[in-house]
Amino acid sequence: MRKPEAAWQQWLRSSISIFRKDWHSELRTRYAISALVMFVVTTISIMVFALGSESAPVDVLSGMLWVVIFFAAMSGLSRTFVAEEERGTAMTLQLLTSPSAIYFGKLFFNLVLMIGVNTFTVLLYAIFLNGFIVKTSSIFIITIALGSIGLAASSTIIAAIIAKANTKGTLYPVLSFPILLPLLLTCINATRLATEGAFLNEATGEFQFLVSYIVVVVTASSVLFEYIWKD
Amino acid sequence: MNVFKTVLFVWMTAVIVLALGLPMVAQPSTWYQFPIIPALEEKARIMFFHVPMAWLSVVAFVSSMVYGIKYLRKKNLDDDVRSASAAGLGFLFCFLATATGAIWAKFSWGTYWNWDPRQTSIFVLLLIYGAYFALRSAIEVEEKRASLAAVYSIIAAVTMPFFMFIMPRILSSLHPEPILNTEGKVHMNTTMLIVFLSSLAGFTGLYFWMWRLQVRIQTSHLNRIN
Amino acid sequence: MNTHLRISATNLKKVFNRRTIFRNISFSVRFGEVLLVTGKNGSGKSTLVKIISDVLSPSEGEIEFSGSDNVKTIARANLIGLVSPYLQMYDEFSAEENLQYALSIRGRTPDISHIHELLGKVFLFHRKSDPVRTYSSGMKQRMKYAFALAHNPPVLLLDEPTSNLDTDGIAMVKQIMEEQTQIGILIVATNDLSDVDRFNAQVDLNAQT
Repeated sequence: MRKPEAAWQQWLRSSISIFRKDWHSELRTRYAISALVMFVVTTISIMVFALGSESAPVDVLSGMLWVVIFFAAMSGLSRTFVAEEERGTAMTLQLLTSPSAIYFGKLFFNLVLMIGVNTFTVLLYAIFLNGFIVKTSSIFIITIALGSIGLAASSTIIAAIIAKANTKGTLYPVLSFPILLPLLLTCINATRLATEGAFLNEATGEFQFLVSYIVVVVTASSVLFEYIWKD
Repeated sequence: MNVFKTVLFVWMTAVIVLALGLPMVAQPSTWYQFPIIPALEEKARIMFFHVPMAWLSVVAFVSSMVYGIKYLRKKNLDDDVRSASAAGLGFLFCFLATATGAIWAKFSWGTYWNWDPRQTSIFVLLLIYGAYFALRSAIEVEEKRASLAAVYSIIAAVTMPFFMFIMPRILSSLHPEPILNTEGKVHMNTTMLIVFLSSLAGFTGLYFWMWRLQVRIQTSHLNRIN
Repeated sequence: MNTHLRISATNLKKVFNRRTIFRNISFSVRFGEVLLVTGKNGSGKSTLVKIISDVLSPSEGEIEFSGSDNVKTIARANLIGLVSPYLQMYDEFSAEENLQYALSIRGRTPDISHIHELLGKVFLFHRKSDPVRTYSSGMKQRMKYAFALAHNPPVLLLDEPTSNLDTDGIAMVKQIMEEQTQIGILIVATNDLSDVDRFNAQVDLNAQT
């Protein structure tokens, strides 16, 4: 006989398995990844064409970066929940494990997706938009990392809500925008600091703000998810 | 209820007449005169209506959330009706506060809209109300609609303080100081303060009456369907 | 094996959109017994099954699983195996992968020989590596039995157990039902009384208004 596992070990394995299952499914179908990548590529090419030979001020470009990131998130991050509802597997999942394990598995999946997409967006930005010069890369990297986590946290809970509604596609940005606005404004501000060449400690306020936003949203979501998930 | 309605009617009439009718002078000498607030002058009168509306849009938001939480705990659909009715009125008052604010801005700042932190905040509140109703209309099963709407209003409420905190860091404000400002200074004499507080109380009573009415209409409507 | 296992429901009521689906449903079923749930279409059979499996909560009343001390601490999901028409497998995965993920999402370590044994039991071993979307509806139904039995649940809930199945499939279901009464509780929701050979208690949803 093996020693019985503690409840938290089972919970952790359950959560990780949900992440692995989603990832495996994503690699097989590529719904979210292709939507996200194509969205970023088309949006940045439109920006490049619209600008032509003009160069936009760096402030505008750092704002636009977060516009691209926001809409990219809106085009792909709802997939993880919408796919379960559309195929009718939400109940299957419900029969297997607790809501909190599902929430954290899905959150982790969206987080990995968001970090990947944001890295890709930043790369394209650096290659094609020459006016965008980051002077303090430490601020920039931390902002992108914290911004990705915050964006994933809010998008995941809103995705769980809209997956249960009828008009999923249009509702997603409508519900997410007011929730994400404080995060986006702070990220834009911090990105501007990075392009202005501010010292790392000048952005501490922004970082503290982002961390507390993440903590509050994840805590609230983990409590509320059960009410969304269970009919 | 009828007594309440009559009292409310008389009260609000008095508030409107006094707020618009009492003269404004530089140095008030008798009880019925308002002092002139620097830079606001006659335009200060809008405060008697604009501030209570803004106050109610926040009160409605909070009470909608409180009934939402109550629904999630007890699963009683009547709480959802109360929550949705509060949100509906909140949306109305939020819209009115935005509109009166924009009119005032046109005469004071020369433009209806200039993304002042307060305008931006109330705009975001309007967006939240809009999103709340968009969500409600997209769900057919009542129980599901009730719990998802409640969850959304809670999520919106927990992120709202962040917004209030970030706004002043990004934009500077031209908005007159809030009534309850940090220095505890009130630019009003006793008369003006009494009229203002009576207006606040009257509007709150009006909100409460409208809310009760709305809850009764919705409930009887739902009962008739079945 | 927990021979003291018992499920008792008292005064269950479910309301959707202010419409009462059923009310005053009570039953009690013990180890080794079979509970039969019958009722016309729309009488709430599936709703009752969902409530027993804790996918839905009842509007009023409660369901209690009792037995030895640890029954109450185990999540309902791990006590129950469910087969039902609205249960869906992950289409893009094979039968084998579906079962592996199902077990690991339950927090267990999947044992491949156990999975193969299960797939043999439902006659899907030869197709174990094909994606579920290539299966016929009868094969999907048999797949659901493997899914429901994977964690050896003491309670097996079957909603329309024989839908889409041929005679071999029906024989398989009868076999599984017989085995379940040896190791726990069986609950069957159906309108086709030939699905069950015997039952100890019945909930008739037509009986109430």
